[in-house]
Order: sequence, then C-alpha cells, then structure tokens
Amino acid sequence: MLYREAINLAMDETMSEDTNIILLGEDIADVGGTFRVTEGLLKKYGKTRVIDTPIAELSIVGNAIGMAIGGLRPVVELMTANFSLLAFDQIVNHMAKLPFMSAGKIRLPLVLRMPQGVSKQLGAQHSENYENMLSSIPGLFVFAVSSPNYAYHALKKAIKMDDPVIFIEHELLYNKKEEIDRSSDLDPFKARIIKEGTDITIISYLKMLDDTASVLEEIEKELNCSCELIDLCSLNPVDFKSLEISIKKTGRLIMIEEGHRMGSYGAQIISWAVEELFYFLDAAPLRLCGENVPIAYNRKLELASIPTPKSIKKDIINWGTNNGL
Amino acid sequence: MDSTLMEDLYYCMLLGRHFEYAAKENYFQGNISGFLHLDIGQEALSVGTMKAFEGDVFTTYREHVMALSRGMSANAVMAELFGKVDGVSKGRGGSMHMFSPQLGFYGGDAIVGGHIPNAVGCAYARKYQDKKTGCLVVFGDGATNCGGFFESINIATSQKLPLVFLCENNKYAIGTKIESVSAFSKQAKKVEAYMPTVEVDGMDVLAVYKAIKEAGEYIKEGKGPIFIEAMTCRFEGHSISDANKYRSSKEMQKCKELDPLIKLKPFLDKVFLEKIEEQVIQEIMQAVNFAKASPEPSLTDLHKYSFTNEGLKHAL
Repeated sequence: MLYREAINLAMDETMSEDTNIILLGEDIADVGGTFRVTEGLLKKYGKTRVIDTPIAELSIVGNAIGMAIGGLRPVVELMTANFSLLAFDQIVNHMAKLPFMSAGKIRLPLVLRMPQGVSKQLGAQHSENYENMLSSIPGLFVFAVSSPNYAYHALKKAIKMDDPVIFIEHELLYNKKEEIDRSSDLDPFKARIIKEGTDITIISYLKMLDDTASVLEEIEKELNCSCELIDLCSLNPVDFKSLEISIKKTGRLIMIEEGHRMGSYGAQIISWAVEELFYFLDAAPLRLCGENVPIAYNRKLELASIPTPKSIKKDIINWGTNNGL
Repeated sequence: MDSTLMEDLYYCMLLGRHFEYAAKENYFQGNISGFLHLDIGQEALSVGTMKAFEGDVFTTYREHVMALSRGMSANAVMAELFGKVDGVSKGRGGSMHMFSPQLGFYGGDAIVGGHIPNAVGCAYARKYQDKKTGCLVVFGDGATNCGGFFESINIATSQKLPLVFLCENNKYAIGTKIESVSAFSKQAKKVEAYMPTVEVDGMDVLAVYKAIKEAGEYIKEGKGPIFIEAMTCRFEGHSISDANKYRSSKEMQKCKELDPLIKLKPFLDKVFLEKIEEQVIQEIMQAVNFAKASPEPSLTDLHKYSFTNEGLKHAL
C-alpha cells in the first residue's frame, strides 16, 4: 500500500466508525487533495464531513479548533507546512494553549496534517521544514510520518486521542510502498529501529531516513562497522528511552535531518545526548542537516542545500574515519 | 419589560461594577498582577448579551462581567484574578482566560481577533449537530481590522452559519482612535455585503438585551450570521496600566453621563435598589476574602492540564 493510501485508509476507517470525525482543508473534497490523500472520501461521507475551505490557513486551523470545542473531531489538511505560518497564532496560542489555560476544561481532539520538505524545484516558499518550530511548542504532540505502516496506525491513534496532534508528512513520500500490518498494536510515541547495529546510532525521520537507508550498506562496508538506524517517529515527546539504549550500546551518534542547521530539530537530540550520555559517547556526535540558506529553484543549488544519499555517505565515512572506525 | 428581568439585569451590572472596583483595588494592593482590563462603563453590553443569548459564547480578555452574568461565581472569578487554585481556571489563566463549557462560555481570549475563527468553527459544529441556538462572538472595533475577521465573515456567510458577530465599538483600539486606523468609524460598513447589520446603543442594557434576543432568533432561521454593532464607552483605560491620556476630560465627562446603571435606575423599585446595593457589596467582599484564603496551586501540578491524563502519560 502507498503512503498516501495508508493515510486515506486511516481516515476512512475512523470516519466510518464516528460521525464526529470531519475533514477540512484546501482542495480536499472535489479534487481529493493536492497529493490525492483524501480521494474518494467526499463521495463516501458527503460535503458536510469532507469540507473544501477557502485558501485561508488562519481560519482553517482556527475553525478546526472551534469545531473541536463544539464536540467534533476535525482532521485538517494544510496543503503544505509552508502555509502553516499563516496559521501560527492559531497553532501556538489556541491549539496548544486553550486546554492548559482552561485547566483542562477544554479538550481539543484535533489532528493537523501537513506535508513538508524539499520536493523538486518548488522554490524557496514551498520547500521548508518546520518540525523544529512545531516541536518547540508545549501542548502539542508532533509525529513525523516516515512509512505507510506508521502512517496508518499513528493517524488512527491520533484521530482517536483527545489531545491535539501535529502530523507531519513529507511531500516525496506519498508514493512510498509498504505492506500494512493491520493486526499490530503500534505505539505512535515509540521510536522504530529500522536496522539493528552495534557501532553507530543514526537517528533520522521522514525522507532523510530513506536517503540514509539507501547508502547504509555502502557506509558499513567502507567503515567495516555496523550501524543502527532509528526512525524517531514522535518528535515531541521524544522516546529518549529507546535512543538511550541504542547510544549506550554503540557509543556513537549521528543525527540526520533536512531542515536548516541553525535552530535545527536534531540539535536538541544531540544536546540531550551530550548532557545525559556524555560518558557513554566514544566520539563527538555528528549532525547532518540543511544549509542556512533558502531553497533555490535550480536543481543543483536545491540539492546542494540539503543532505543527499551521496553527501550522507561521504560525510559519515569522513566522520567515521576520523573517529577511530 | 418584566420587572424581575430588569432587576436581574441591574443586579448583574451592579455586581460587575463592584467586582471591577474590587479588582482595581486589589491590583494596587498587589494581590492581583499582570493584565487587568476593566469593564467599568460597559456593563450594559456585557450583561445584556450574556443574559439574552442562549447559545455558546466566545469573547475577549475584557470578560469578568460577562463571566459573572453568564453564571460563574464571583468567588471563582476573583480567585482566578488572584491566581489561586479555586479560580475558574485554577490560576492557569488569569484575568483574560475564564472558561465554562457547562455555561457555554469559551473564553476569555487574549489575542485580538484570535477567537473569531474559533467561534466560526463552533458555529459549524452547532449547525452540523442541528443545534439551532448557534454561537455568539464578542470582539472590539480594533479586531475588525484583523485579517481573521474578514476571513470569518466570509466563511460564516458562505456556510450560512448560526453565528452572531457582536462588535463592541468603544471607538479606541487600545489607545488609538478608530478613525485613524480604520476605513470607517462604524464597523458595520465592512460587513454590509455579507450579512444583515444592526446598530444598538451599547450603554442601554434593555436595548442590548432586545437586540441580542432578536439576533438569537434570527440565526435560528438558518439564513446565516448577523452582525451587531454596539456603541459603547469604557470609563477606564484599555487596561489597568493605561493612564487614559488620549481622551480629554470633556470626552470622559460625556462618556460617564451615559452610565448604564443610572439609566436603568428609574425603572426599578426603590426598596429593591436599597437592598441590592448592600447585597452586592457583601457578595464582593466575600469573593475577595475567598480569593485571599484560597491556596496557591501546587507546584507538583505544574505539568498538568495541557494534555488529558492519557496524553500526559506520554508527555512526561
């Protein structure tokens, strides 16, 4: 099943069980979504439950919050995370704070889905990653969705939760294929070990996870070592327990992400590891991330702005060679 | 109008007035801190609206009197101003964040215009649930210059939502004269293409009550939203730290001549008036004592309330 189909299935199955679940977003009803994620749902559930909104993100999120206050369980699609900036007051000051400021009298069963990241030559205003900002807001859960199976289970659980969830997808993952294990009881808050290893812990999420996996064997061969690749899955809260077990085992840590280096999400993970696991580390951690520059339209400049399989391989091999591997 | 109702309206306005006097006094005594937006002078709008509207309400940071007339106790509202654990929001919210889902009262929002899209969403929920009483959202004249306001009037109209937009036009956006930042001095101009608009004397509680009742009936018809502009005048600055220097003494004097309590008095029984004043003063003294005696929130509860108990297990 494709990533986008898994997300669709999760919404379809939960919507068929609970008429309070409604979807809203730009072009999601008649068109079926810019990335075809909501295809077929309008026909099945009608326009009162699958709602095309105006291109007005502040209102899309603001209205969803009001719907949740009013007893519904909205699932929002923001066309991309780039446009979430227009809704940031609603995300930060309302979605994340109303439950707290009301001492729990208000609960917001609300999921905010948004794809992000560098796609292919979409230009500076359509290529950002905002998990760093979104994860810094107390009062929200933030999931990063790297695979169809995780997407299916995590979204179903997010929709059923009474707490607000940011559900980050990546624009280049919608056609990723994977079998869905419907019987599994996946915990969306738990990090997932993609490949076990003994010498380096590599933490990533979204598309960088796949880019890293694609060169992992070559890296292991070159460095004659074994890498443990971890999909972080939940960006806030972080499954520090699983990370700690892995880092104590390997003694080496690499964090890979697509966002800009300054204020990057992974800096927080590295900081935690240095603070908490300093004496277990055999080498200074490595952080691979995007350059501090807006993403250019030109393909070569675009690729030079973010980690690629080629640069990941080169950087890890250099780092490993300099660190006793 | 029914004399019991008029007495209730007067009682709520008087309770609100004395509540705000006590809040001001306790602010200067250091018992209350942070922001404090007093509603003195605008009680007619707050009380008339809360008493007349049957559905759910969303309002701004100037909401003590609204919370009281909606049915929250003076004790709990005052304790919230004191930041105490028996406060409406257990000391997490403060002056600007009173909530009571049981009373259909959803804040108390401190971002100008930020709650308007929330009210639109809730009105959608009410329409979906076929609850005809709908929602009402209160905001100031300043909020009608925000982008979210324009998005909201468009969505509420295009979706035919049961929503009353109530603009409290006191002619100042914080300390800035509305004429210097808004295209119109009457904000209904901005809305006329979208929905019916009504202007009401916001200093006359009977007029406000009647206008909100009629608006409440209008939205039940399913024809969409309605906009009410209530012309008001606040006797104090925007907040406690605003010295109110932008209004001349002549303007202030004219404003205070419109006192809604004085306006209603001639319609009320003398015995009632004597009795009620004493009762309200006692009630407010009791609320201040209650707030003083209420404990501070426990520091061990610092991380509580953002998430449900189920969610909190993951968050910590």
